[in-house]
Amino acid sequence: MLTRFFLMGLDKKAGVLLTVLAVLAVAVPVMALGTAPDSPWHLSTHTVALLGKYLCFALLALSLDLVWGFVGILSLGHAAFFTLGGYAMGMYLMRQIGSRGMYGNADLPDFMVFLNWTELPWYWHGFDQFWFAAIMVMLVPGLLAFAFGWFAFRSRVTGVYLSIITQALTFALMLAFFRNDMGFGGNNGLTDFKEILGFDIQAASTRVGLFVATVAALAVGYILASAVVASKLGKVLIAVRDAESRVRFLGYETDRYKLFAWTLSACMAGVAGALYVPQVGIINPSEFSPASSIEAVIWVAVGGRGTLAGPVLGAVLVNFGKSYFTAALPELWLFALGGLFVLVTLFLPKGILGLAAQLRDRLPARATVSAKPADQKGV
Amino acid sequence: MSTEDTLLYLDGVSVSFDGFRALNRLSLVIEPGEMRAIIGPNGAGKTTMMDVITGKTRPDTGTILFEGRTDLTSLREPAIANLGIGRKFQRPTVFEMHTVWDNLELSLKAPRRPLKTLTYSATREDRARIEEILDITRLSPRRDRPAGSLSHGEKQWLEIGMLLAQDPKLLLVDEPVAGMTDAETEQTAHLLKDIAGKHSVIVVEHDMVFVRELGVKVTVLHEGSVLAEGSLDTVSANKQVIDVYLGR
Repeated sequence: MLTRFFLMGLDKKAGVLLTVLAVLAVAVPVMALGTAPDSPWHLSTHTVALLGKYLCFALLALSLDLVWGFVGILSLGHAAFFTLGGYAMGMYLMRQIGSRGMYGNADLPDFMVFLNWTELPWYWHGFDQFWFAAIMVMLVPGLLAFAFGWFAFRSRVTGVYLSIITQALTFALMLAFFRNDMGFGGNNGLTDFKEILGFDIQAASTRVGLFVATVAALAVGYILASAVVASKLGKVLIAVRDAESRVRFLGYETDRYKLFAWTLSACMAGVAGALYVPQVGIINPSEFSPASSIEAVIWVAVGGRGTLAGPVLGAVLVNFGKSYFTAALPELWLFALGGLFVLVTLFLPKGILGLAAQLRDRLPARATVSAKPADQKGV
Repeated sequence: MSTEDTLLYLDGVSVSFDGFRALNRLSLVIEPGEMRAIIGPNGAGKTTMMDVITGKTRPDTGTILFEGRTDLTSLREPAIANLGIGRKFQRPTVFEMHTVWDNLELSLKAPRRPLKTLTYSATREDRARIEEILDITRLSPRRDRPAGSLSHGEKQWLEIGMLLAQDPKLLLVDEPVAGMTDAETEQTAHLLKDIAGKHSVIVVEHDMVFVRELGVKVTVLHEGSVLAEGSLDTVSANKQVIDVYLGR
């Protein structure tokens, strides 16, 4: 029953994506750990972490597509959920430093010692346990999204107004987390991590392990999102996107449907953030900045909104471009990104995947058209 | 007749928008199984009346009772829909990206909670019912087409089909033949008469030929209240009705 539910959303697109992920999950560890450092096939720890980062962004893009592509909620604050998940993981990693910090205080993270705090704030309790942090990674963004969505959807805030409120949400969180007395390290954020689950966080094997975990999370996220979208609930979501009031007159409480997708999406974004932090080694309030959320929207638009696989592709491609540009032509990156968004909006309304579908339809068009009437005779 | 025996009971319902009285102490009674045509000039309050019944608009004053006991004025749209009141809009509103089949499946009477729909799969009876509605609305050949690709008339029929799938006790149908050809209009009249046997129907319509085709009791609205009620011939002969509406 459950297996059938998870399998029902899988199509050819999903097959390709999951195969690529499976290949990555095997090839990257082999190339990073099984080859000599001077071999042309060798992947440096830096590259593995970079790939892992791209896949974290891909999971964020996937979560955004679930609400933007399928429910029509354009969130300009999805990085907030990503960053909250990241902070939850960062708090765990901070607690693992123990007495190896600069001040050698086994009970308090360095920045608290620096602020002359004498005891751990209540909300830091429990984060020395991995299982607790792992729950919080989803629970904190999920609860925030639930509370936010509850009020926003019930009062029927939609469209551009909702987008602006999501932007305000992430901006408010950024300002709050910049404050030292919030107890999250102020503008320096959380960093200098040593260990995760007892493994040295700098070690090549740990990096590979984190990469594989990210691939797994992305695969699970994709399968889950496909299943949701293919279910009747997914059809209701699409119907809400296209004609919400009509759905209400059919007897569906549309706010509950939106709340479901919105909260699920926030949890997914939280997991992405949690996997991101140990791989880049730092989390700070700048991740809350409105620009991060808007970048995520661009990934989804470039890849193809409402396709699930497209945003995954878009996130990887755009971030690859970003890595390349910021190294080669740093001053041009923002222009390139802005230009890309304009071009995609004007010429590729359905993104790269939409373009691919258009080209495919154009070629064997005759074959599919002639197949249709035959099908109908059968029924 | 007592209130308990009515399907829909409106008493003294008033709605104002920015000082404009869209409904002015409107009173109306629909009996179980009845089909009623509502006519009236533009701005008479026909659409507003549907809005207050379905929960889209809250009346300022007045009582609206469904089945003589449920007060509709305090309920939201989905709750009212689940009581058994379905609505067809003036402009055909179908889910254009979904196939005809999916449009009907979404409308089909079934649990409406998110967790129920997440795990829903169509039963044999569900599929049979959808097939049946496809036949009634003559949309069988179009079942796998996106609803957005249907002609205007087909969309109107699909929406009527969606109402049938919902299986409401009361159907509110707003201008079902607007923009239809004469042949389509006639077929639609037949379709609605078929439905009327098992459900109560309120039809709002401008098209007099169509109203005559239906051959049911007619209520004439004017400036937000009832001007006349009776058979089409009776109300057509009414002096006031001729003045405000038919004479134009």
